[in-house]
Amino acid sequence: MLELKNIFMTFNPGTVNEKKALEGLSLKLDTGDFATIIGSNGAGKSTMFNMITGTYFPDEGQIILDGDDITFVREHIRSRYIGRLFQDPLMGTAPNMTIEENLSVAYLRASIGNRGSFSRISKKEKEFFREKLSLLGMGLEDRMTSPVGLLSGGQRQALTLLMATVVTPRILLLDEHTAALDPATADKVLELTREVVEDRKITCMMVTHNMQQALDLGNRTLMMSDGRIVFDTAGQERAGMTVNDLLRRFAQQAGHSLSNDRILLSTEEGR
Amino acid sequence: MGNFLTVQIVQTAMEIGLIYSLIALSLFISFSILNICDLSTDGCYTLGCAVGAVVTIAGHPLLAIPASMAAGACSGFITALLQTRFGVQSILAGIIVNTGLYTVNLAVMGFSSNLSIFGTDTIFSLAKGLSGAAWWQSWYKLIMLGLIVALVCIVLYWFLGTRLGLSIRATGDSPAMVKASSINPAFTITVGLCISNSLTGLAGSLIAQYNKTSDINLGTGMVTIALASLVIGESFSRKSGNMAVRILCVPLGSCLYRLIVSIALRLNIPTEAFKLVSAVIVAIALILPQVKSSLQLRVKMHRVRQTAKGGEKDA
Repeated sequence: MLELKNIFMTFNPGTVNEKKALEGLSLKLDTGDFATIIGSNGAGKSTMFNMITGTYFPDEGQIILDGDDITFVREHIRSRYIGRLFQDPLMGTAPNMTIEENLSVAYLRASIGNRGSFSRISKKEKEFFREKLSLLGMGLEDRMTSPVGLLSGGQRQALTLLMATVVTPRILLLDEHTAALDPATADKVLELTREVVEDRKITCMMVTHNMQQALDLGNRTLMMSDGRIVFDTAGQERAGMTVNDLLRRFAQQAGHSLSNDRILLSTEEGR
Repeated sequence: MGNFLTVQIVQTAMEIGLIYSLIALSLFISFSILNICDLSTDGCYTLGCAVGAVVTIAGHPLLAIPASMAAGACSGFITALLQTRFGVQSILAGIIVNTGLYTVNLAVMGFSSNLSIFGTDTIFSLAKGLSGAAWWQSWYKLIMLGLIVALVCIVLYWFLGTRLGLSIRATGDSPAMVKASSINPAFTITVGLCISNSLTGLAGSLIAQYNKTSDINLGTGMVTIALASLVIGESFSRKSGNMAVRILCVPLGSCLYRLIVSIALRLNIPTEAFKLVSAVIVAIALILPQVKSSLQLRVKMHRVRQTAKGGEKDA
């Protein structure tokens, strides 16, 4: 269970560039929740993720994960139990290292405390990685010794998804992880995401700019504006919602309509 | 060829090349793997040399090797501490440590600018006494240095395949991924720079015992020379993702570089011009890949134009 309590964060305080990114953000996510998050640019979505992963520490407030206060736990320690995917498919993998080397770096999470730093990748682990890779259905299991830099963006993002979940994280953060992929590949990666999250009941948050996707995936939809969550829907109410309902609710709650070209475009296409 | 490049000259070039290849391997770790510009090489090399000389004079030529490596590792630790803990830019951290090391090195040598090891045993003189055979007497230095470098390469290859080694490689390759993978980059950078600088220290220790002297200015310009060796070596392994190949190409590049320098020396280039020659060789090595790709582009353009012309005629 993840709980964010009244979080404030201001960048460059006291200067002309002052930016209040989060203003009293509060959120409670139950174990197994899959929440989609929408909001304009600058609403604080990425800052919220950066708070949860420990890239930034909040000015005020508290972050609680499964009963532990992790507000000021350092990033590399948190990343043992927090998985994250970025929008840029190139960010989550090391291009000059092979697929199996990338996976074993990600698999370090599992071995902390019970394995020596000086042990090498074992046969058993290679077999385990091969099995996991074959689940992606991209033929990567036969290219385990190729450098990741040779893979396509979609393959790299699928690999990053596997790396983030090879050890089941307590929470998985997806920051528009399919936005930079072509539609067919994006669908494929999204399908893989849905499978892995549902299979293992991972608590998950996904930022998206596609309103339809926000309603289709997961069990809960959050809308952010001005560093706060302005609208939170789940269950029956959410099930009956259309994209237009969502837009109307946003305008009501935020006091202004959703200003984001990409969102508007995706709604016009919107089925 | 016989008179121009004698066996003796090639042999010496290889010996020095092997010693310098340890510094090139050091830069391979910091520069290629960690993607950090560590400019403390000059000072660290002299530190290894000074410590090596002092311990050898004290009568422990074998102990001089680990002592110099430890001294190098300490220097690397400080460079790493400045950048990871205190956020100093990596280039600046290296330069600061390099400057500070000058005084440290003088202090190690008892505030004299040079130190002679003549008259005491060195690892080379010890090795020489192992066998009286003629071939051993003329090749022992090269064989010994070859073994040391081979051992370093093997250990380095093994290390880079371990969990810690992979974490260090990932740190230089994808900082974003490292943070998402439970690796502490401050730790991996520190370990990486300690290992890297211990190799520079080892090279210093070997050169002190090889030349039977230590000089405060010995390290000046070493970073350029090592970088040249590294660049030449990496030009052979550019397309290879295989770590073993990448590591082996570094000593190869270093020996080749020394060979080029020997040839330059035989062309009666005055010693005063030597640094300039080194710099020019480095510049050429760095420029070559660019020249090669622009030549390839020309050839391609020419071919495409020719086919286009041919096509017009046909039509």
